[in-house]
Formats: sequence, structure tokens, C-alpha cells
Amino acid sequence: MSAPLLQVEDLSVHFTVGRGRAKQTVRAVDGVDLTLGAGETLGLVGESGCGKTTTGLAILRLVEPTAGRVTFDGTDVRGLSTRDLRRWRRRAAMIFQDPYASLDPRLPVGESIGEALDIHDLHQGTQARRARIGELLERCGLHPRVAGRYPHEFSGGQRQRIGIARALACEPDFIVCDEPIAALDVSIQAQVMNLLGELQSDLGLAYLFIAHDLAAVQHICDRIAVMYLGRVVEEAERLELYRSAQHPYTRALLSAIPIPDPVRERKRERIRLVGDVPSPIDPPSGCRFRTRCPEVFDACERIDPALQAVAGPDHTAACLLHGEVGTEVAH
Amino acid sequence: MSDDEELQAPDEPAEARWKETLSALFANRLAAAGVVVLTLLILSALLADVVAPYAFTDDDLTRRLQPPSGAHWFGTDELGRDVFSRVLFGARVSLQVGAVAVGFSLVLGTLIGLVSGYRGGWTDIVLMRAMDVLFSFPVVLLAIAIVAVLSPSLTNTMIAIGVVFTPIFARVVRGSVLSVREEVFVRASRSLGASDWRIISRHVLPNVAAPVIVQTSLSLAFAILTEAALSYLGIGVQPPRPAWGLMLLDAQGFIATGAWWMSIFPGLAIFITVASLNLVGDGLRDALDPKQRSIIQSRGVT
Amino acid sequence: MSDEVVLSVRDLEVSFGTKRGRAEVVRGIDYDLRRGETLAIVGESGSGKSVSTLALTKLIPIPPGRVTGTAHLGGELELIAMTEQELSRVRGQRIGFVFQDPMTSLNPVHTIGRQLTEGMRHHLGLSERDARDRAVDLLEKVGIPSPEQRLDDFPHQFSGGMRQRVVIAIGLSCDPEVLVADEATTALDVTTQAQITDLVAELQEELGMAVIWITHDLGVVAGIADRVLVMYAGEVVEAASAEALFARPRHPYTIGLQASLPVLGDVERHDLAAIPGLPPAPTALPQGCGFYPRCSYRDDERCATERPPLTQVAEGHWVRSFYEVPAEEAARAAAANRIVIEPPDARDEGVA
Repeated sequence: MSAPLLQVEDLSVHFTVGRGRAKQTVRAVDGVDLTLGAGETLGLVGESGCGKTTTGLAILRLVEPTAGRVTFDGTDVRGLSTRDLRRWRRRAAMIFQDPYASLDPRLPVGESIGEALDIHDLHQGTQARRARIGELLERCGLHPRVAGRYPHEFSGGQRQRIGIARALACEPDFIVCDEPIAALDVSIQAQVMNLLGELQSDLGLAYLFIAHDLAAVQHICDRIAVMYLGRVVEEAERLELYRSAQHPYTRALLSAIPIPDPVRERKRERIRLVGDVPSPIDPPSGCRFRTRCPEVFDACERIDPALQAVAGPDHTAACLLHGEVGTEVAH
Repeated sequence: MSDDEELQAPDEPAEARWKETLSALFANRLAAAGVVVLTLLILSALLADVVAPYAFTDDDLTRRLQPPSGAHWFGTDELGRDVFSRVLFGARVSLQVGAVAVGFSLVLGTLIGLVSGYRGGWTDIVLMRAMDVLFSFPVVLLAIAIVAVLSPSLTNTMIAIGVVFTPIFARVVRGSVLSVREEVFVRASRSLGASDWRIISRHVLPNVAAPVIVQTSLSLAFAILTEAALSYLGIGVQPPRPAWGLMLLDAQGFIATGAWWMSIFPGLAIFITVASLNLVGDGLRDALDPKQRSIIQSRGVT
Repeated sequence: MSDEVVLSVRDLEVSFGTKRGRAEVVRGIDYDLRRGETLAIVGESGSGKSVSTLALTKLIPIPPGRVTGTAHLGGELELIAMTEQELSRVRGQRIGFVFQDPMTSLNPVHTIGRQLTEGMRHHLGLSERDARDRAVDLLEKVGIPSPEQRLDDFPHQFSGGMRQRVVIAIGLSCDPEVLVADEATTALDVTTQAQITDLVAELQEELGMAVIWITHDLGVVAGIADRVLVMYAGEVVEAASAEALFARPRHPYTIGLQASLPVLGDVERHDLAAIPGLPPAPTALPQGCGFYPRCSYRDDERCATERPPLTQVAEGHWVRSFYEVPAEEAARAAAANRIVIEPPDARDEGVA
């Protein structure tokens, strides 16, 4: 296997909240490893607050990581100077969740797209710039003529297309898609997912697809990583994850997703999780899922499980049920 | 699979945006009226030498305290000077003070607010505490102190008012910057590789424009009133130069004698100026907002 | 579920005066809601699904809103003609509400105890003591641990799921005949969503109230609904029992919607069968069928010019379409070369 496009090792993002004595550390992302090949899609799923969006932002250094290593095509991203970082951003773009908030309301949409061209000097003259903006809009299923319109004149789905066109402007190799369909109407979600798929096969893009909707993630991704409380708890090929999920949290997550079929939906047994996700300020010792895990046993409190190979090729999970691999918790 | 059927209308190129803004401003009838009145005021101030029937120093005790008439539209004051002419000349002072003082505080305050809000941290704390100190003095008191140190003159009055108003702009701008800075579109721009300077000039500034414009029109009005107050206290513009505030001061002694025109006309001038500034400010705020603009254009707001 | 009708809605129309003319947001809907029944109203944003229910108790701004039609509660009270004062005795007391965002539907400056007891004291005339006791019972019922202590907590001290439980407790506080859940789980995570839908089902079983569940999520509908109204462009385009609707959807919109959903365990990765275009704006509705511009079947010349009526095509199954999509065609669309593998059985893992 050749070197991957993106390699994330032991990435952590800690925030401090409060001041003085009330100062606390939020461990939003706490040691995440990910690998993504060129042209591949890696799904990152988990519930709100699990750190999936922060992970995406930290990879692009839109949030500064506290620790860890991000290697992109041989470049150490964390070591880039401010200037080099700006230049590097040409290769890695982002699509945001909220298509209403991610476009500047005071700029015509063509200008939002053109901004990327201006920053990296990617056009020769006004004519060429306009033509390129039109081409990008068209690529995303919008008419080039709409470039002079303002964001409020578009529907959510159309805005998301504009957001995608903007991300494509500098011809990146890699796009972080942060919940790109969550804010869209059901009948529009499929349109946008198809567009993303089409662009990937035409342009050879690699995606980090962040979402909470496992069905959508499974549709678009090659591999899926499941996050819980700042950690990746399981990673596998998309069908492998579905067919033989090994981590109790993944299984619970899968069983909670409603199936649009009353016959199957009503007869299936759900794994019910009790309680809430603990606070990332003070995560449980040992396995972070142990407070809600239906299969918890005494070692879970003692050992902080590491990702280990489990059933199937390239399938990893961080669970002591598969062998007590991890670091002993100091008392 | 293009779903843009809804967006059929042809689109003008982005360069025509300022035209759009202007046409939206004039589509708002109140704002248009404000623009017309302000233009007239500015013109009459500039052309006072030509337009005014008398010089502002032209006293003649034989015609003192005359009520409005064909010869003296706004009547005459206690020295027999033509009130209409003095109001016209007074517009020079008042508008100049307003424009210069507010321009000063607008530039300085916006700069401080931008830096403070965008950089945050210690810069923010230091700058904002300084502004708080400035802000905690009563406006007129601070102006008096400044003028007292610098000696009373038109320029010093303008400086005093400018300094006093700076924290207001700094605060308004900082507050808006703080919220705009967190917007997703700012992050999106950064994700494309935009520099701080580009983010501030392209995204932050235009989005803090609305509150700044409102604040500007309010401040212009207050600056004129402050100038009036300072002149009234005798530490602003020095006689015999006419200023609206100074004229009110003079008029005070003659209200009891029934010379109402001496106070009514300069007062009315202040009122009309302040009102039209506010109308233009509101109109400009809406016209600069693309969303408001399309609403205005689709129905022709009154 | 019994046959007793608790809410009967007829010819309900809601429109709003806007800058671009009158927006017809709800264009005539009828339904009967029975005791103990769960009626799901499904649709996208702008379909009129929320407004149609909120308008029953004037929870929309009037004007610019205008509501016509009738809605009989418990066979006697007609809601649409009621004054604001009369309605204030219906809202909360006979019809309870649970809204989408538990953060904004609770007042951050009051304790949840106060917010829970407010309605009971007002509607049921309970003393503070009694209301508090009942509040403790309610919190216990919705699964909040140590309810007595938590009564004096503020909303921000609860997690999202717990807050939604509190909102449900408030919705239930006066024993309503009808509970309206408007996208009540949309803002929640899937595992929390599962907890909340289970909770409502349990409470419904126990208390016998009817539930109107407004959602855009067909998966949620499949899990909980007895009957389903599919709304599009302000109209009910299909009404059926949940089983019938999913087994044999008949309206082109319903068929398209189902076919466009990604399905877990889908082996092949082909394009999703997306519905092209956008829903119409309520100020610019198509002259004929509301779905005509996006419909891939539209095989009748009346489609473009005439509004199709809601007709019964099978026992209890109503469709608003001139063109009846043949069963094989609908099945083909739904399958759309989908090969779905069955999920692993959670049961052999020894967990329930």
C-alpha cells in the first residue's frame, strides 16, 4: 500500500473553559488516529459532542490541535507556518453543515466562490474569473447566471451546492464534509449526496464525511470510524461495520437507527442505552463507554482500551471484550 | 439535475452593486426625503455667502427684535441681525462639527473596535478598559475638560466631541465583530486560505456596517446637539460666528419678551437636520443589506 | 386504540398574508384522531405539517395568518371559532405540546419545577403543594432520576435528552387528550431519540392519550405511527395506515421519498433515486397537482391543470393523484437495485 493521503495520529484538542479556579479542560478530541487514501471516503460518525466536527476542524487547523500529528501527502500540517498553512489550504477544503450560516449574506454567491480564486491567484483576468465561477456553479447543478445573486435568494439545498462549488474552487484533493446534508430536507438530501458522489468519481477527491446519520454515511463512505467521547471506538469497511459491529456502542448506535419499514422496525430488538453521554470535562476512567455499556465488566474501569484488530481484515475496535489491550489506569 | 428553475431572472454583474444600493435607498421614500433635505442643507451652508440676504455680522440696532417679515424671513435678533442668514451660516458650523467630529470618532472607534474584537485576549482587555474610562465621564464634562485644556475654538470643539464619541463606536464595532467572527462563513473563508486582513475587510467590516451606520447617524445628531450645548455654555464656537447652539443661547434671554423666532428657527434647523440624518441612516442600513434590498425593490417600501 | 374520536378536523385551511401575495400554507386537510392513536404527519419544511397542527389552537400569528375550517375536540368543542381566552384553557390542558428544541421551549430563568407546576396550578387549580407532588410523579414517569431534587434545577443543568423529557412532562402535566409532538426528536441523537419515542409510546399506553407526531423522518414514522398523513405543498397527498403506506406507497411523492432514502446495509453504491427540483413556494403553487413539476410519473393530461382530489383507493388508504402508480412500478422504484443485507441479530449477543 502506498503512503496514504492523510494520516492522523494521536490527535487531541483540549479547550479550557472558565477562569481562575473554575478553569476546566474539555477533552473534545482525545487521541484520534485516522488514515485516508487518495480518492477515498472515510466516514466519521458519532453523537453530538463526540468530537467528530472538532476532529475535522483540527485536521484543517481551523481549530489548533493540542497534540498529535497530521500528515498530508508528506507534509506535516501542524508544522506549517501561518503563510504556508494558507497556501496549503488550497489542497484541503471544507463543506459546512449549515448552508444558511456558511455563506456571507452580504456577498453575491459568485463572490464567495471567487474568493478562493483570488486568494490563490487562480485566474487570469475578470473574464476568466467569471467563466471559472460559472463553470463551478454549473458543475454543482446551478446556472452560471445566478452568480450575482445573494445567499438569501436560494433554498437550503441550493446554498449547499454553492458551498460545494466554493470548496471545489481551488481544486482540492481532500474535502472535510461536516454534516453536509443534516440541515437539508429529505428530498434534497439525496440530490446533494449524489452530487458529492459524482464529484468524487470525476475529480478523484478524498472525503472525510462527518455525520450522525449512519445510513447516509454508509451509503457514501468506503470506511467508517465511530467516535465516542473524543475517541475512535471502532473502524471498519462500511459493510463490515454494519454486518459485524464489534464495539457495544456501535451496536447500540446501529440498533437505534429507525428503519423505514414498520414490519422490520417493530419486531426488532433495540439495545437500549441508559443515561447520557458523560461530560468530556471529566470522562470516565478506563473505557469511556463503560458507564452506559450493557456489557461492562470489572476490567473496563481499570484499563483504557486501545484500538485492536478484531474480526475481519482492517477492522479495529477499542473494547476489552476482544482482549485486554490498552493502558492500565493509574490509581 | 439542475434545480435552478426557480431562479430564472437574468442577473446583473456584481459591479452594479452600488447602483443597486443607491436605487434601493431612493426606493425608500423617507430616506430619499432625508437625502434631499440634507443636500439642501449642505448646499445652503456652502453657498451661504451667496444665498444669505445679509452677512451674519450685519447688525443694525434700529431693526432689533423684529418678527418674521418679507425683509427678514426669520425675523431679527437683539442686535438687529437677520436670523435667516445666521441660521444659514450656522449650518456651516453645525454640519462641519458633526461631520468632522463623527468622522474622527468613526474611524478611530471602528479601528479600536475591530482590533479589540478580532484579536481578543489582552489587546481586547486593555483597549476596552481604556474605552470604559473614557466612556464613564459625562459627555459634556469631558468635552469641557478637553476644551478647557486646549482653549475654546471650533477645532478643539470638534476634537473634544470626536474623542468623547470614540468609545461608542469602539463598543458597537467590537460587539458586532465578536459575533461576526464566530460566523461559519468566516471560518469558511479561513478554510480557503484567507488572511486576517482579507477576512476583516471582506467579511467582518461589511457585516458590522449596519450597526455602525445607525450609530453614525445617531452620533451626527448628538454631535450637533453637543456642539450646541458647548456653545451654549460659552466654550464652543465663539461669537460673533453663528452656530445653532449659540443662537439658542442668545435667544434664551428674549423668550420672555416674546421674540419666539429667535429660538424657534435655529431649534427647527437642528431638529430637521437630526431627523433627516436619522432617516438617511436607517435607509442606508436597509439598502446595504442584500436581503432588505430585495424586499424594498419588490414592493417599494414607504 | 378505541373508536372514540377525540379530534376531528375538517377543511382546515391556513394562509398568511405576505409581501408576495397570500401564501396558502395548508390547503384543506381533514382527519379524525382516535383515542390512544398515534397519527404521524410527515412532510418536508414548508409542507404545512407543523402549521396545520399549531393553527388548531392559534399558535401561529393571526394576522398575518388566517385559519378556516372546523376542528372538534372531544366531539363538542369547536376550536377554530374560539376566542383567545377560551383557547388558553384548551392549550396545555386538553392539548399538550412538545416542540423540537428543548433548549428554547424551556425558559432558562425559571426552575423546571416552576415551569412544570405553572400549567397545573393554572388549569387544574392545584395548590402549590399538590402541584409539586404531581410534578415529582411526572418527572419520575418520564424517567428523570431523583426527581425531587431536580425540580429546583434550571434547564441548563439538564442534558438535551433530559430536557426533552422535562418538556414531555410539561406537555403531559394536565392529562391532555391529545399530545402534539412537533419534530420532538429531531434535535436529539439517535440513541436519545430511541429513548424518547419509546417513552412516549409507553406513556400513551398507560394514559390513553392520542398523539400527533409531526416529523420529516420516515424511519421514526415506521416505528411509532398507527396512521400516517403525508403532506406536500399544503395538502395531504396520501393517508394510510403505517403498514399500508410502507408496504405499498401509492403517491408519486411518497414513492420518490422512500426510494431516495439511503438504507443501512445497502450493498451496491449507486446513485440515490433523488427527487429532482424543489418544493414549490406557498405563494407560487402550481395550478394543477402540487407535485407536478417534480413528478416522474405525471401520466394524465389533468395533472398540469387540475388539482387532483383525495380519493380512496383501498380500505383506509387515500391518495391525491390522477395517476395511480402500478404496484410493480412502485416496488421497482423502492428497490432501485438495492440489495439490503439483514443486520446482525442483536439478540444472540445476549442483550435486550
